[in-house]
Amino acid sequence: MTAHAKCAKKFLADEPRADWHDETLWLVRTKRDRAAAAVDEWEALREQASQIKEEALANLNGLLKQFEAEATKNGAKVLWATDAEEFNRIILDIIRQHKAMNVVKSKSMLTEECGMNAFLLKAGIEVVDTDLGERIIQFRHEMPSHIVLPAIHLKKEEIGATFHEKLGTAAGASDPVYLTHAARLHLRRKFLAAEVAMTGVNFAVAETGSVVVCTNEGNADMGVQAAPVQIHCMGIEKIIPRQRDLGVFTRLLARNATGQAVTTYTSHYMRPKPQGAMYIVIVDNGRFKHLTQRSYASSLKCIRCGGCLNTCPVFRRSGGHSYGYVIPGPIGSILAPERSRAGGIDLPFASSLCGSCSNVCPVKIDIHEQLYRWRQDLTLQRRTSFVKRVAMCVAGFVLSSNARYNFAGALGRFAVKYLPRFLLYLPLNVWGKARELPVPPRESFKQWYKRSHNQ
Amino acid sequence: MRFHVGLFIPCYIDTFYPQVGIATLRLLERLGVEVVYPLKQTCCGQPLANSGSEHEAAACYRHFVDCFKGFDYVVTPSGSCAWQVKHHFDIIEQTDEVRHLRATTYELCEFLTDILKVDGLKARFPHRVGIHQSCHGLRLMKLASASELIERSYSKVRQLLNQVEGIEIVELDRKDECCGFGGTFSVVEPEVSAKMGRDRIADHERHGAEYITSYDMSCLMHLEGILRRQKKPLKIIHIAEILNS
Ligand code: SF4
Repeated sequence: MTAHAKCAKKFLADEPRADWHDETLWLVRTKRDRAAAAVDEWEALREQASQIKEEALANLNGLLKQFEAEATKNGAKVLWATDAEEFNRIILDIIRQHKAMNVVKSKSMLTEECGMNAFLLKAGIEVVDTDLGERIIQFRHEMPSHIVLPAIHLKKEEIGATFHEKLGTAAGASDPVYLTHAARLHLRRKFLAAEVAMTGVNFAVAETGSVVVCTNEGNADMGVQAAPVQIHCMGIEKIIPRQRDLGVFTRLLARNATGQAVTTYTSHYMRPKPQGAMYIVIVDNGRFKHLTQRSYASSLKCIRCGGCLNTCPVFRRSGGHSYGYVIPGPIGSILAPERSRAGGIDLPFASSLCGSCSNVCPVKIDIHEQLYRWRQDLTLQRRTSFVKRVAMCVAGFVLSSNARYNFAGALGRFAVKYLPRFLLYLPLNVWGKARELPVPPRESFKQWYKRSHNQ
Repeated sequence: MRFHVGLFIPCYIDTFYPQVGIATLRLLERLGVEVVYPLKQTCCGQPLANSGSEHEAAACYRHFVDCFKGFDYVVTPSGSCAWQVKHHFDIIEQTDEVRHLRATTYELCEFLTDILKVDGLKARFPHRVGIHQSCHGLRLMKLASASELIERSYSKVRQLLNQVEGIEIVELDRKDECCGFGGTFSVVEPEVSAKMGRDRIADHERHGAEYITSYDMSCLMHLEGILRRQKKPLKIIHIAEILNS
């Protein structure tokens, strides 16, 4: 069994809970459908978004330079990081330079990707995640299980227990309003004490040198407005060329993510506060190399809406943690083989290739095609298991000849018919664990055809 | 106009569900099509390609092209296999024969609606039927509008089933969720695959279906395997069998 399949099995062992996870995310998908259907030009908008991203990726170097020049003019300091280590070090340097001890951070998948919290903690700096879901999993020392809904794997009772332990809420309390209020009070104190506020970036506008952050809780703003030092962290692919492109994405992002018309807060950061400092750190960490891979470059168009996760029938039934990569779900499965240090080679196989992800994607990434392509490339690169390759060679040999094919078919029909049940359903027969084998007919279609057409 | 049609019967239908091949052949003949079943045919190579070994399938693709050259159309009772030929035969040399084959391979339903323009089919199937919209036929071959896309709603499958006397089509909660077969996926991810299948079955049961139908027998084979294991009365039937009833 692959690593993903093993984790999925564990996830499914508690079937009612798996059903709850599936239904919760399906509800998000349904809301998305309604919100999308309310926009007549939805499909045209997707096409436009896709084209803008293609354009941006094709001119990435120029746009990044333009962005740097504009941002610098605005008074921001732009820094570049080649990889996770350099990125983390840059952030630590900034924090030390400003002699800060209290750091708050709004949601950023990039900092998750680079393991920043753990790195800073080792250096004696505790970063407080201020997105409610992120804070919950931070308390529990877990990874986000979803890129938009990081704590979606948890039930409110579990969150109540965590808050009881960490925030002193009443034992057994699980009322979301009560728990959220407790979190708000807790986070207020952190916001007020912070000297440095970090944020992720949803869009970086080359034309204006500004960065745009979308949140529902306003936590990016709370952080940035209260702390003298603000740091915005972005991957190189967050660039969009023009300010007027932004509307295309903000219309798509929230609708596709949660079914809202727009995120509650769309914050534009352009220049530092009076007496403050603003840093923008632009990170490569494998992205430039990824862009050179023709079949896979378009995965960098992703705006991290999470739509493909919500719609994925496998994700809903295996949970985000089963993917073992910071970005789970369909998009993670095409990023991981290129970018995950753990390899992620099982992930392109953790899909039924149903194609729902590609249909949902607001920037029209051909996710299912890339999953298929990865399967081929991993096999050619001999990164899949030897046994499987051999089995495939045999199958290729059988299926390219009529005689060999007929013989194999006859053998199959004979086996299902005459082998005793205990032999047919040996543990090796993965098919037979939850399913019966088909009842073998008296003759194949081909035999019938020959007989009835006197051939 | 009489077409010269090559009938492609996918390997699992040939081996395990000959009645589906027979229904397809008889249906096409009833509609006045001249059908030839090339005896040397094997498989479209999908099991290999789907597992990541399309390079091993090239010989199989060429054998396929060899079997099916010279027809006006190639018709197959499988959305998934039709897509395989149309889309994934791009890795072999694109001779005129290959190009013609890829352009003229049709899944049965779309051949009936788009080429034969069948209207007033004489069939009778007085049962409650749920339609399982197999993914490749739906999202890749575009046999019907997909729930994710904001587009005009249409369905070539319903267009045909609506012509069947006595049939009652049941509406499902999730009209086009995957059943979890997915070829290799069914054995690489057996737990998720089976769970998806159970959920798909439950949706049909909730709405009182007696039969689950589809244009892809592979999905139905997976669902049937679960139904029989669970000893449930719900039955599966390929759409060709309904249209030929
Ligand atoms: S791949 Fe597309 S659907 Fe998935 S998260 Fe990215 S933008 Fe959203």
